[in-house]
Amino acid sequence: MTAAAQTAVTTLPTPSTPARRRRRGAGRDALAAWGLLTPNLLLFGVFLLLPLAATFWLSLYRSSGFGPREFVGTGNYRELAGDGTFWRSALNTAVYAGITVPVSLVLGLGVALAMNRPLRGRGFLRAVYYLPYVISGVVVAVAGRYVFNENVGIVNRLLRAVGLPGVAWQSEAVPAMTALVLISVWTKVGFAMVVYLAALQNVPKEYLEAASTDGANRWQQLRHIVVPLLRPTTVFLVVLGVIESFQVFDVVYVLTGGGPGNATEMLVTYAYAEGFDARRQGYAAAIGVLTYLVVLVLTALWWRRQKAQEAAQ
Amino acid sequence: MTTPRTGGAGWLSWRAVALVLGALVMLFPLYWMLVTAFSDTGTLTSGPLRLWPQHPTLEAFRRAFGLLPFGRFFVNSAAIALVAMALSVTLNLLAGYVLAKYRFRGRQAVFVLILSTLMIPVQVVMVPQFQLVAGLGWVDSYWSVIVPRAAEAFGIFLCRQFMLGIPDEVLEAARIDGAGHLRVFWSVVLPMSRPLIAVLVILTFMYRWNEFAWPLIVLNDQSLFTVPIGLAFLQGQYGTDYPALMGMALLSTLPIVAVFAFFQRQFVEGVARSGLR
Repeated sequence: MTAAAQTAVTTLPTPSTPARRRRRGAGRDALAAWGLLTPNLLLFGVFLLLPLAATFWLSLYRSSGFGPREFVGTGNYRELAGDGTFWRSALNTAVYAGITVPVSLVLGLGVALAMNRPLRGRGFLRAVYYLPYVISGVVVAVAGRYVFNENVGIVNRLLRAVGLPGVAWQSEAVPAMTALVLISVWTKVGFAMVVYLAALQNVPKEYLEAASTDGANRWQQLRHIVVPLLRPTTVFLVVLGVIESFQVFDVVYVLTGGGPGNATEMLVTYAYAEGFDARRQGYAAAIGVLTYLVVLVLTALWWRRQKAQEAAQ
Repeated sequence: MTTPRTGGAGWLSWRAVALVLGALVMLFPLYWMLVTAFSDTGTLTSGPLRLWPQHPTLEAFRRAFGLLPFGRFFVNSAAIALVAMALSVTLNLLAGYVLAKYRFRGRQAVFVLILSTLMIPVQVVMVPQFQLVAGLGWVDSYWSVIVPRAAEAFGIFLCRQFMLGIPDEVLEAARIDGAGHLRVFWSVVLPMSRPLIAVLVILTFMYRWNEFAWPLIVLNDQSLFTVPIGLAFLQGQYGTDYPALMGMALLSTLPIVAVFAFFQRQFVEGVARSGLR
């Protein structure tokens, strides 16, 4: 079971309809339910689950998309084990997720807390923080390429204007990843903020007031009351953030193309390059299968840890 | 911080300053794009740094529309996004309603199955997806962009969470009055779901309008390109015409901003009530 599903299942009340269970025609209800679900299930089945199954199957073949495909068994996976670019892209993806997710969550929570009280212009400020989230990955990347351009980009020009040397955002590995992370955080803070703002509506004011009369300062309130109460939200955002990070494509593809070298190559961009540019479809499918399995295992582990902590409390 | 009142006031000003500073950081890249779009290329890349346009001009927009048929791209994107949004939102609402309000064997399993599709990186299954769409003869048609993404797990998740909050008694009452399944959905559930629909409209329009990788693969004919593909092309071929690039980048963002501004009030309520917390 997926963690996101678990969150949804356990943190929200399930409907209890004793009346309906006693009603006659429960069979008809089930029939109607399946009928109403059919279009969705058909579309998921044909366009997502079938291709997913096909990806597993294709990963056992060598195929260019033209001509006959050749069965190689675990050949693609064995080749991946010795493929430096694959390991580099796996590491890059982990670094990218490991930095962007916590940073955007902490910043998003900070903004949400600051905004969770009456303030003139609150609606406008909220919109400003959320704005980068609605912009397409391509626009973000096109703008990022310009803003972080080593020669004419505004970031380096501002740095030089205050007497600092420009940074090699495009030609060196660590700065390139840094720029990618900065750009991604810029787009993700607003989403975390909106979700945390919604969650804060459910933190009873009395909790905070009781705490402050007991002499707890704001930091203690935050650590011992607000953050624990927001835990389900944080779990949700972490799971979603990790899934999103493992699927990051548009921004990387347009911003860096995985470069310089393979400094910003991600699992998904590497799979895309192998599948559609190099036309090694079986190999690309194997990368895809592993990416999928990693996301599956990560979310499951996170979920189990979360469950254990809840049980311990 | 002698009394809670003065403590609150001190916090207020500190908090306001921090929020405004943060907002300026968030806005600056967009502001700089705007400045660039209205500048001419020369003043940007040479000479002293100026943070506002010297001689504002629309030349960049004229140039961009001359380089690639962006008018056409906008029409394509709008057509795809609107049709896909209508389809997805309808499907989301139906599935969410059933998963929240019907009791039947396998309900939990279906819900988990749908949610688990969130974990499939779409680029990873694109090779078989492409073969499938090609087999259906849909390459270079809008259907290839619209149909494969019509069922969408996150929207269904939001709908289910929101609709759990609709009281069973209301639905039961409509049923007793003799309303059928679709009738209850249409005249009872939908009117109670306005904030939810606002969230779905915004998010789905945004996903579809912004989508890049899949349309890039299935649309080869330039006259069918969507705006993000056009932008990536402009970047690839005229990568140093920054005013034209920034102009088109900003212009392509306007429709989403408009949709968001229009539904903004309901959006926050919808997020709060759909269990995104």
